[in-house]
Amino acid sequence: MKELLVIAISSALVSNVVLSQFLGICSFVGVSKKVETAAGMGGAVIFVITIASIVASLIYDFILGPLGLDYLNTIVFILVIAALVQLVEMFLHKCMVSLYNALGVYLPLITTNCAVLGVALTNVQSGYGFVQSVINGVGTAIGYTIAIILLAGIREHTEGNDIPYSFQGSPIVLVTAGLMAIAFFGFSGLL
Amino acid sequence: MNKYMERIYNGIWKENPIFVQMIGLCPTLAVTTSAINGVGMGLSTTVVLVLANILIAALRKIIPDSVRLPAEIVVVASFVTIVDMLMEGFTPDLYESLGIYIPLIVVNCIILGRAEAYAMKNNAVLSAFDGIGMGIGFTIALILIGAFRELIGAGMIFGVQIMPASYVPVSIFILAPGAFFILAILTAVQNKLKMPSATNGSVKKKKKAGGCSGDCLSCAGHDAAKAE
Repeated sequence: MKELLVIAISSALVSNVVLSQFLGICSFVGVSKKVETAAGMGGAVIFVITIASIVASLIYDFILGPLGLDYLNTIVFILVIAALVQLVEMFLHKCMVSLYNALGVYLPLITTNCAVLGVALTNVQSGYGFVQSVINGVGTAIGYTIAIILLAGIREHTEGNDIPYSFQGSPIVLVTAGLMAIAFFGFSGLL
Repeated sequence: MNKYMERIYNGIWKENPIFVQMIGLCPTLAVTTSAINGVGMGLSTTVVLVLANILIAALRKIIPDSVRLPAEIVVVASFVTIVDMLMEGFTPDLYESLGIYIPLIVVNCIILGRAEAYAMKNNAVLSAFDGIGMGIGFTIALILIGAFRELIGAGMIFGVQIMPASYVPVSIFILAPGAFFILAILTAVQNKLKMPSATNGSVKKKKKAGGCSGDCLSCAGHDAAKAE
């Protein structure tokens, strides 16, 4: 139990997926203009990463691992994730329309979000079992959501600020993200 | 300048993937703790880019349009796996320091972006030169960022001491936040000089299918934000 807690905290806060591993920077910078949209993206990422880490872990434990096909990890995982996102989108569209309306726009973006493939590969490389993989996946996704919502909140507040011309647009966002990354260093004392 | 050299010039300067198009930021920020890491990441990405461009361009008339993206992903993932195994065998130190970012070359927007935008429409030779140009442009950008971070954060470039011994390294620059700061400063300089860059809106935004094949900062995310 303690081990699982450590995995969850370290993946969500200490080695935050965006601010210390740089996975998913595109959407982190691109979809963080408003808290509302950032929360939507975060929800979609939690949803997809959780399912993807479950499926990738099962595939590795029962097919790739026993057959010694480790070198196929990258190819298999990326295809599974791409197919999975399509399936999830179709399923939500048919069966859970309200959830689809909330997450719909963000789902296709997630295939190219390297955080999803990153989690699946980290799980295998660190030798995590099924439960640990899922916990790591959920923790990572929650870390992503925390980071993107925080950034969106800061951006909403700094929108009206008088920013020097050269720093307008993405430079100021990157500076903000850098300061957040410094703040997140504080969490390394947690473990 | 013939059309082959034009492709190389285009990749290095006119449409530099990092500074002009702002795509493929994940590896850019993650592995550039030193200039030598930048070289390793840049060259391995270049190899994948060139080989994937050639194969996709050669198969472009055979691949049906409806399964275009999955087919491209399989081609790219196969080459990434080959590069991954070669690096594990021949450059174990570099493999160790680049870690998970080698398999993540698969989701690098630059590679799928070039496959979609160029290799699917042009012949294999031109696509190869396009890949070489883009790859060199990417490598130069990584070396530049890596060199700045190494210089400020450790006082060295390529492991050679540059700063005088009295210089106290600002080690935050080789840690995660430094990556954000250096890229922020480099893009701010571009804004100041009014150089073409996706960040100041002077590069025409192309709308394409497939998530990240345009530029990252104004990719589908912005459209999604508008749709809200």
